[in-house]
Amino acid sequence: MSGKRGLFIRPTLALWQREMTRFVRQRNRIIGALATPLIFWLLIGSGLGESFRGAEVEGGFMRYFFPGTVVLILLFTAIFSTVSVIEDRRDGFLQGVLVAPVSRASIVFGKCLGGMTLAAAQAALFCLAAPWAGLPLDGAVVLRLLAALLLGGFALTALGFVIAWPLESTQGFHVMMNLVLIPLWLLSGAFFPARAGTWTEWAAALNPLSYITASVRRAFYGDGADLGLVPSFGPAMTVTLVFAVVMFLLALRAVRRGGPESR
Amino acid sequence: MSAAVETNDLGRNFGPRAALSGVTLSIRAGEMFALLGPNGSGKTTLFRILSTLLAPSAGMARVGGCDVVGEAMAVRHQIGVVFQSPALDPQLTVEENLRCAGSLYGLRGADLVARLRSAAEALGLSDRLADRVQSLSGGLQRRVEIAKCLLPRPRVLLLDEPSTGLDPAAREGLRVTLERVRRESEVTVVMTTHLLEEAERCDRVAILHRGRLVACETPAELRGRLGTDVAVVSGLEPEALATRVREMFGWPLSVRGERLRVEVPAGGDAAGRLFSALGAAADTVTVGRPTLEDVFLDLTGEPLRGEEEA
Repeated sequence: MSGKRGLFIRPTLALWQREMTRFVRQRNRIIGALATPLIFWLLIGSGLGESFRGAEVEGGFMRYFFPGTVVLILLFTAIFSTVSVIEDRRDGFLQGVLVAPVSRASIVFGKCLGGMTLAAAQAALFCLAAPWAGLPLDGAVVLRLLAALLLGGFALTALGFVIAWPLESTQGFHVMMNLVLIPLWLLSGAFFPARAGTWTEWAAALNPLSYITASVRRAFYGDGADLGLVPSFGPAMTVTLVFAVVMFLLALRAVRRGGPESR
Repeated sequence: MSAAVETNDLGRNFGPRAALSGVTLSIRAGEMFALLGPNGSGKTTLFRILSTLLAPSAGMARVGGCDVVGEAMAVRHQIGVVFQSPALDPQLTVEENLRCAGSLYGLRGADLVARLRSAAEALGLSDRLADRVQSLSGGLQRRVEIAKCLLPRPRVLLLDEPSTGLDPAAREGLRVTLERVRRESEVTVVMTTHLLEEAERCDRVAILHRGRLVACETPAELRGRLGTDVAVVSGLEPEALATRVREMFGWPLSVRGERLRVEVPAGGDAAGRLFSALGAAADTVTVGRPTLEDVFLDLTGEPLRGEEEA
């Protein structure tokens, strides 16, 4: 009766479903992940729009900043989802999962699928406003966009998992977020375009987040548009996929090694 | 009968500190077993190793015949673990928590529902299924945790300080529940505890002290180890009483607060002899069989509980 292998599908679904239920019960998370970037977009977009000129930002800064705001929503939602790794450890829920005969991969996968669903759903909701920013939506745009949001959401949740796993307090996570994640987002081309021949070119090329921003931007603009250093949709998605897989494997390795309390 | 839990020369270090060392024990299938010791005795470390959360640094441990390191998944298929702080999601309802837990063990559909209903009924939670866990009292949360752990019908139930945070009535309820579970589903129950009343009711008790196993016997055998009875003498000047007893009888004794605790020969009329010898200086003299507390003191040289708890 008792197998030797860990269970995968049902535990993954159960953990995903739990993420959904928790999210619905925590209204403030919706506000934090969706309203904050929206206000950023409106205030920063309209405030900086006047002083921002250049070929890359053709169509106005509100238009340029829109895909960057979408990535910020993905980032915030994914981050809030993975903070729960720390809360689960503190509340004790996690240890109950760890002693269950579930494949360690399903623990990571359930969390990443949950973060991905929430991040992509909220970002997609915001994307309904794209036509007002001068970014029309048609069938092809929507399909590319959904693919970019799902993959980006998964990759960022996996990244958040890797950061959150060894931490014992949520304060530590906020430090990581302000020190690492927000700068990565700022340098990803979300806020201003990287310029050829400057350090921002290297920063963008080495920054995994810039490929997520690029895939969202290309989903809107198409590969035909001249966007300077921004890679095309296919290559941007490919790099993001590789990033997602690497983060997933790092998260899995962390879970197999055990949490901070086992050292 | 085969061993449900077995360890051999088990040890675990945290940095330079040995939290557990050289622990060898064997727990029979169907036994109710207590790991007794104060904080820092290593019982929680042992609990965490048996529940596959912590790898040992030395020796081996097997649960249900499977190695906790090499065959951790197979061990997890056989155990139910009740943690000191319940492993529940406070934002979910009781039913959602139970469903989620059942799914982690591969349960589904009608089978999951049937088990969920019967576990809820067994623990008196049937009318609480729709309540959020965060709205429940500590005692109720513990019951949800136990119901959760029974869903997959484990062969070995591991409990870490199951009475923590429970009032006396809830403790008694827990004890009755555990007894019933053990009788009905032939589960082996292993619990850590620092409470003598809890250990007293187990089939066998392992006493841990500073990471080492100092005894592993039935409560009766442990009490029999002392070979003496214990007299407690109360009076206004316990130090003076102690000097008198030392001079007149030479029995081992200790002064604790306003009381004098004397190890007296079993079966003799120690109470009468003490009472008449001490005269008016002693208010009361009572003689009883040694408790596990006395045994613990004898084995380790330290009281089980801190002064504030005693």
